[in-house]
Amino acid sequence: MLSILRSIWLVFLHAFARRETIQYPDEMPYSPPRWRGRIILSRDPDGEERCVACNLCAVACPVACISLQATEDESGRRYPDFFRINFSRCIFCGYCEEACPTYAIQLTTDFEMGEFKRTNLVYEKEDLLISGSGKYPGYNFYRQAGLAIGGKGKGEADCEEPPIDVHSLMP
Amino acid sequence: MALGGILTVAANLIWLERRLLALWQDRYGPNRVGPFGLFQTIADAIKMFLKEDWIPPFADKAVFVLAPCIINATALLSFAVIPFAPGVQVMDLGAGLLFLLAMSSLGVYSVTLAGWASNNKYALLGGLRASAQMLSYEVYMSLSLMGVVLMAGSLNLSEIVKAQEGMWFCIPQCVGMALFFIAGIAETHRLPFDLPEAEAELVAGFHSEYSSMKFGMFFIGEYIGITLISALTALLYFGGWSGPLFGLSENLAPFVQFGWFALKTFILIGFFILLRASMPRPRYDQLIEFGWKAMLPLSLLNLLVTGAVVLALE
Repeated sequence: MLSILRSIWLVFLHAFARRETIQYPDEMPYSPPRWRGRIILSRDPDGEERCVACNLCAVACPVACISLQATEDESGRRYPDFFRINFSRCIFCGYCEEACPTYAIQLTTDFEMGEFKRTNLVYEKEDLLISGSGKYPGYNFYRQAGLAIGGKGKGEADCEEPPIDVHSLMP
Repeated sequence: MALGGILTVAANLIWLERRLLALWQDRYGPNRVGPFGLFQTIADAIKMFLKEDWIPPFADKAVFVLAPCIINATALLSFAVIPFAPGVQVMDLGAGLLFLLAMSSLGVYSVTLAGWASNNKYALLGGLRASAQMLSYEVYMSLSLMGVVLMAGSLNLSEIVKAQEGMWFCIPQCVGMALFFIAGIAETHRLPFDLPEAEAELVAGFHSEYSSMKFGMFFIGEYIGITLISALTALLYFGGWSGPLFGLSENLAPFVQFGWFALKTFILIGFFILLRASMPRPRYDQLIEFGWKAMLPLSLLNLLVTGAVVLALE
């Protein structure tokens, strides 16, 4: 009997407790920085696409929602001809981000992706590319990699020594 | 006017209940439609009217349609004898309390017939439970009221309110009040005594087969029942319309008195909802056992002691 009255009283006291609800459209919920939300393609600090169209993200994707076609510009940089993510299939596992060798593909904190038409969930490269460098500022794949492209020869990358001519190393 | 007022109050109780339940569960409840979500009821009503009004082919059609009408008719008829302020009532019956009890007993037909006419196992179980529960709680509901009748010396509700001018009956009749309120919860089959529609075991109990506005009428009927029991408790135990008048003139007094009555009723409705927020549902045999083995002897004892005290004081 007393326990019943006690529980009624305790429930009544909840009238003065803080409400747990977040009034979502008016008030945004906090999403942690590592939240796995909408996928974007980032650019390097010079404003060029980071993606080198290596296809690793497409291979890592468990639901095969990424498709792309590699091509090359006149300076020898690889980039995707088209890059398509079907978000109606995407499970936001983040494997693509882990697989990416150039920090190009990244998951963001945005989750508001509701659409009325299913086809609107297929994002093309121009929908995915953002203007900035995302979570990794200052990283430029072609400035780190040993690969020679137009305007940067062998041994001219950061932290790289000029190549050694083996014929000059004769004892 | 009284009819329209009661129906509006009953409909908006749905909103009130959802908001209060949310408050006690640290949520917000419906707060999007209109200011504070007040138009939620209108939105719900429009939705309900637009739903398909489906009568199952295996149902007993005439009874199926009749059942939801009964609960509304009896509950609304009961309000005819409720005095909202001195002299403000539809009819001033000498045996108003008896009329009320008779009407609320007739309400059981609605639930039982609904369960029977649906021709569905769950609905039938719900209807059976409802009839057993309401019959056994009816017995001591009227017995617990007899204490008040003894003290006031009348079955007329206005007379009973007038008899409380010195002291509200909730003090000398506190046991009777608790008994009556518990019986009232069982009578309106509200949580924690909502066994007839226990959704965890019986789908939706007696109204499993009902849709659209026929379901809506059961819904409204339940809330009219809550209002009725709360109003009755306010009248019988909390002095009805009596309260400070702030020295107002004769013309304005009934409005303030009505205000007091409404305030008391709404506090009791709030308590109904608080019970729903805090109590688990008992098992069915526990419910019936509680009714016959605990409540009935207690109400008889209450009647006996009240009678003895009234006799001794005379």
